[in-house]
Amino acid sequence: MDAEITLTLDGERRTVTVDTRTTLLDAMRERLGVISPKKGCDHGQCGACTVLLDGRRHLTCLALAVSYDGAEVVTASGLAGDDLHPVQQAFLDHDGYQCGYCTPGQVCSAVGVLDEVRQGHPSHVTEDLDTDPELTDDEVRERMSGNLCRCGAYAGILAAVHQAAQETAGHSA
Amino acid sequence: MRELEYLRPTDAAEAVAAVTGHPGARFLAGGTNLVDHLRLGVATPELLVDVRRLPLDQVEEVETPDGPGLRIGANVRNSDLAADRRVRSLFPAVSRALLSGASGQIRHQATTAGNLLQRTRCVYFQDVTTPCNKREPGTGCSAIGGYDRYNAILGASEECVTVHPSDLAVGLAAVDATVVVLGPHGERRLPLTDLHRLPDDRPDEDTTLHHGDLITAVELTASPMVRASTYYKARDRASYAFALVSVGAALELAEDGTVADVRIAWGGVAHKPWRARRAEDALRGRPLTEDAVRAAAEEELADADASAGAAYKVPMVRNATAMVLTRLAREATR
Repeated sequence: MDAEITLTLDGERRTVTVDTRTTLLDAMRERLGVISPKKGCDHGQCGACTVLLDGRRHLTCLALAVSYDGAEVVTASGLAGDDLHPVQQAFLDHDGYQCGYCTPGQVCSAVGVLDEVRQGHPSHVTEDLDTDPELTDDEVRERMSGNLCRCGAYAGILAAVHQAAQETAGHSA
Repeated sequence: MRELEYLRPTDAAEAVAAVTGHPGARFLAGGTNLVDHLRLGVATPELLVDVRRLPLDQVEEVETPDGPGLRIGANVRNSDLAADRRVRSLFPAVSRALLSGASGQIRHQATTAGNLLQRTRCVYFQDVTTPCNKREPGTGCSAIGGYDRYNAILGASEECVTVHPSDLAVGLAAVDATVVVLGPHGERRLPLTDLHRLPDDRPDEDTTLHHGDLITAVELTASPMVRASTYYKARDRASYAFALVSVGAALELAEDGTVADVRIAWGGVAHKPWRARRAEDALRGRPLTEDAVRAAAEEELADADASAGAAYKVPMVRNATAMVLTRLAREATR
């Protein structure tokens, strides 16, 4: 069964007809030519397909495109304006990638993490649920744990998230 | 993946009617489990009835039959529920259980009802080339005598030895949650602990729901005891892994330090969130000591039947329960 969907994809309205079995990831990569979100495990385990969907980090391999008709999607390639997004710049400054395949998902996830912390969302390692969490190393590691890097760029990513948190303090994503 | 019809109803009754009227129909919510199963060939529905956008996405303060509490809409995202200030302060076990499950991305996508209805992560259930009574009744159980590290230790049958994977369900069992269900004949309510079932000879049926039944909400009643609740999860990695065992618990001490009331729920040990009622009974009226909790857990585990690979779960759940309850007791007397 086919269905027509419209997405706002990196600021542009895009309409496409997809088979109802198509995931949002495949619709973007195979049908709309947006290849920034990567297909890693395709089972929700690696985070390489992470985008910001209606403002929040989201996996696109476990989302059927038809279910997200009308959604606003920002991929890692849509984050930059004239300058790089502070998270992208921080990944560059701290060499937060090796092969780079996981990087678009990591970048989108980091943008989401900073927004969640700003909103006071707790994590598994937050000791006191009644207070707003501080962005400690343990908090960054826990919150970024849905994005796997097989090379092991984690040390750079940890530093990058801290830098971006400083630079974006007081701003929303 | 086989071809799929797709329907997006505008209200819950229409959704229920659509699934009730089609034996090959399934509800789709966040999709974090179902979409994976479509791809793996584990689920083969002909029609998806998408309930993701039904307006069941609020956490509301309500008067429940047992007192003031919260009504959590079926579509509330796991991340929103975990972060809700009222849930954090009134039902910490629920928030802790959610935060220990999955990843940040998945918690934004997964829903309250969908989390409860997720299916087992047994490797044989997810591998369509192997026999599995839960996926295909009558074919056998590959986990018996197979890779058995994640197997159940309580309530399993000769048909199925798998465990329920939801952390949220265990947290909700510890705070005596109620599930609100809309079916073709109207609305009904049932205790969360009656939602999931033991495998017996029908392991393909995870729950007591009928085809077409839609969970519309979960209700929680506030009390001093559940305010002093928590959730602990033991797993192979620090984050983003299913439980080996988990413990949701709530404790109320009397002024003399004895147990006025206690609730203990275990995850990773059975086909459903396991309320350790025998252990609860053994603790009521007694001083809360580590030894008393261990002895109570032993009573609960008297019928445990663990395969060699899963034998570690027996001491692990006992020790975890002792740790969690002594910690709650310390906090209560602080």
